[in-house]
Amino acid sequence: MTAGAGGTGGPAGGPAAGGSGQSWVLRQVRPLGGDPVDVLLTDGVVAAWRPAGSTGPDSDGLPPGTTILDTAGLIMLPGLVDLHTHLREPGREDAETVESGTRAAALGGYTTVFAMANTNPVADTAGVVEQVWRLGLDAGHCDVRPVGAVTVGLAGERLAELGAMATSAAEVRVFSDDGHCVSDALLMRRALEYVKAFDGVIAQHAEEPRLTAGAQMNEGAMAARLGLPGWPAVAEEAIIARDALLAGHVGSRLHVCHVSTAGSVDLIRWAKAKGWQVTAEVTPHHLLLTDDLVSSFDPVYKVNPPLRTAADVAALRAGLADGTIDCVATDHAPHALEDKETEWAAARPGMLGLQTALSVVMETMVIPGHLDWAGVADRMALAPARIGGLPRPAAQRWSSIAVGAPATVTLLDPSPWRVVEADALASRSRNTPYAGRSLPGAIRATFLRGRPTVLDGKVV
Amino acid sequence: MNRHLLSTEDLSRDDALLVLDTAERMARVAEASVRKLPTLRGRTVVNLFFEDSTRTRTSFEVAAKRLSADVINFSARGSSVSKGESLKDTAQTLEAMGADAVVCRHSASGAPHRLATWVRGSVVNAGDGTHEHPTQALLDAFTMRRRLGRVDGLAVTIVGDVLHSRVARSNVWLLATLGASVTVVAPPTLLPLGVSSWPVEVSYDLDAVLPKSDVVMMLRVQRERMSAAFFPTEREYSRRYGLDVDRAATLPEHALVMHPGPMVRGMEISSQVADSVRSTVVEQVANGVSVRMAVLYLLLGGSGEVS
Repeated sequence: MTAGAGGTGGPAGGPAAGGSGQSWVLRQVRPLGGDPVDVLLTDGVVAAWRPAGSTGPDSDGLPPGTTILDTAGLIMLPGLVDLHTHLREPGREDAETVESGTRAAALGGYTTVFAMANTNPVADTAGVVEQVWRLGLDAGHCDVRPVGAVTVGLAGERLAELGAMATSAAEVRVFSDDGHCVSDALLMRRALEYVKAFDGVIAQHAEEPRLTAGAQMNEGAMAARLGLPGWPAVAEEAIIARDALLAGHVGSRLHVCHVSTAGSVDLIRWAKAKGWQVTAEVTPHHLLLTDDLVSSFDPVYKVNPPLRTAADVAALRAGLADGTIDCVATDHAPHALEDKETEWAAARPGMLGLQTALSVVMETMVIPGHLDWAGVADRMALAPARIGGLPRPAAQRWSSIAVGAPATVTLLDPSPWRVVEADALASRSRNTPYAGRSLPGAIRATFLRGRPTVLDGKVV
Repeated sequence: MNRHLLSTEDLSRDDALLVLDTAERMARVAEASVRKLPTLRGRTVVNLFFEDSTRTRTSFEVAAKRLSADVINFSARGSSVSKGESLKDTAQTLEAMGADAVVCRHSASGAPHRLATWVRGSVVNAGDGTHEHPTQALLDAFTMRRRLGRVDGLAVTIVGDVLHSRVARSNVWLLATLGASVTVVAPPTLLPLGVSSWPVEVSYDLDAVLPKSDVVMMLRVQRERMSAAFFPTEREYSRRYGLDVDRAATLPEHALVMHPGPMVRGMEISSQVADSVRSTVVEQVANGVSVRMAVLYLLLGGSGEVS
């Protein structure tokens, strides 16, 4: 991708304030992988689609200072939205900060991340969610939407002040005790009901705690071999079934985090068939990796919920393809080296995901033909934006790429395969399970309301 | 032989037989008047025990000393490990001390595998969590071969807490490799869910299996399993799965009773059976030294012939 100054002069590239006058032409770009066009981004919106290759420095109608980018062959997608990111700040800034995590997000094609609440202090008050939100604004790499804790201190005992978080500057709409399950059925029912008042959604980490006490990996043949305590599929499925019934009963919205088993896909399909407002996400790693990897005892493969079997992977791909699973969410979970460079049982669960998500989805869904690029746009941008309740004026057009929509887009070069290097990632942590693995595709540019956050594969 | 002995699952038949044959020669050393070989003189063997196990540690210590190696006992209890020192720090310390072999016992499955990625020397797994205990399985096979003349074709029954037993796992893989047919017997709660993928028969009925067994291996059952609802009471466990005199009487005449120790007498095995002529419990301990000598000798490439 090369940038050339527009016919009327002015600076080429360089950061511009959101929605400011800087204009860009994406020459011969392929919206959703379709036929090439020239796309004009002006004043923070998609201003025009023109015939491919028709726009040059001397073309009519270009605002002063327009930069023309040769984007031939690149696929234009709406800016990706991640419903499930751990930014670790406040509390574990050694593992990740809002700045480093959102930098990784932009490089991965993301323009919005939902920051999970399991920080220290926990994001269970208006004060903490506003702090995270402001750190996101300051960093400027993408929009940060804090997730509020459902219960005080994630302790699962009493509701946090959900309303205060909803009406704070951070405008929290997604509430989750992620990392912990809201296992008390009555508390879960109340939370589901309560957030209806401000169109919130409870994002459940589905894990029956008694069935997973001490669990280290998927319960099955591999766990039997390795002598690691098993995390049974039923511990996830029992909670999903219960919560779907609760959501149906009280008419509330339920979102299921990181669905990992074939049985869970069946349950969500069933809940949707009932007409209940149940949505679900799957992580890239559950679409690609299996529990065979645990035989190395390398904790880089330790994650919660754990890696499952090839049959689960197949069911998750099918569920994402047919829309049973609404979206892909990374569960980006940075951990300091000392929390991973240990024996398996002592290691903390979690994997990096932001900079590899689109590549993994390309490998597992696009290349095998389960999803086209419009499908990818839906599962990685439009659906998560809808579930996350991004602010209403934008919601109808949010992350769309039609004329008039916000110029919030990402440009993917689908042709290269690259070997993932942990040290080359923007995260402060190194716990990627893909190190040394070759993945397809590379993000070349990301625009947030007309302002580039990434150009030529580098943070602006 | 590989550089490390981490599991029996990845031990080839040839390597397993090499260990057993070498152990046979080592056993003769133990029977000689001077019970010491110079083969590992100047080499350092570290016993790195993160879990208390006087029996296994002592066995490795005796084995290393009979081969003239220097032995360092690094007990993690009361050491810097309990102050939060990581496994990696410990590995680096041992590396700096110039350990040629590290014998590792750890409560976490896979800990020796991690250790093996951080040290240059050989790592011997002396029991990791509920994963494997390869030298125990090798000494069990060695004991069977000495008593019954072969392992190939034997019907071996393993009884008890298979779910939490590293001894069971190591025996299952090794015995399958050596051609025995293995049956595991336990209440369903104490079998791993994935046991169907193992090369074993599964039974819940000890009485049905005993008359067809050449070897019955009893596993220790920890009383604290009761509190996690694996079985209702000690007495009920003992009634259904304990090896008492009446049950032992249904075994074929030549059949062996084995136990890796430590035994819970009156729970999985009655005192009378444990001390009967069928029992190899004491012999297993003696054989443990020979097998561990063989393992250290082979991993460290000991010089000189073993007579």
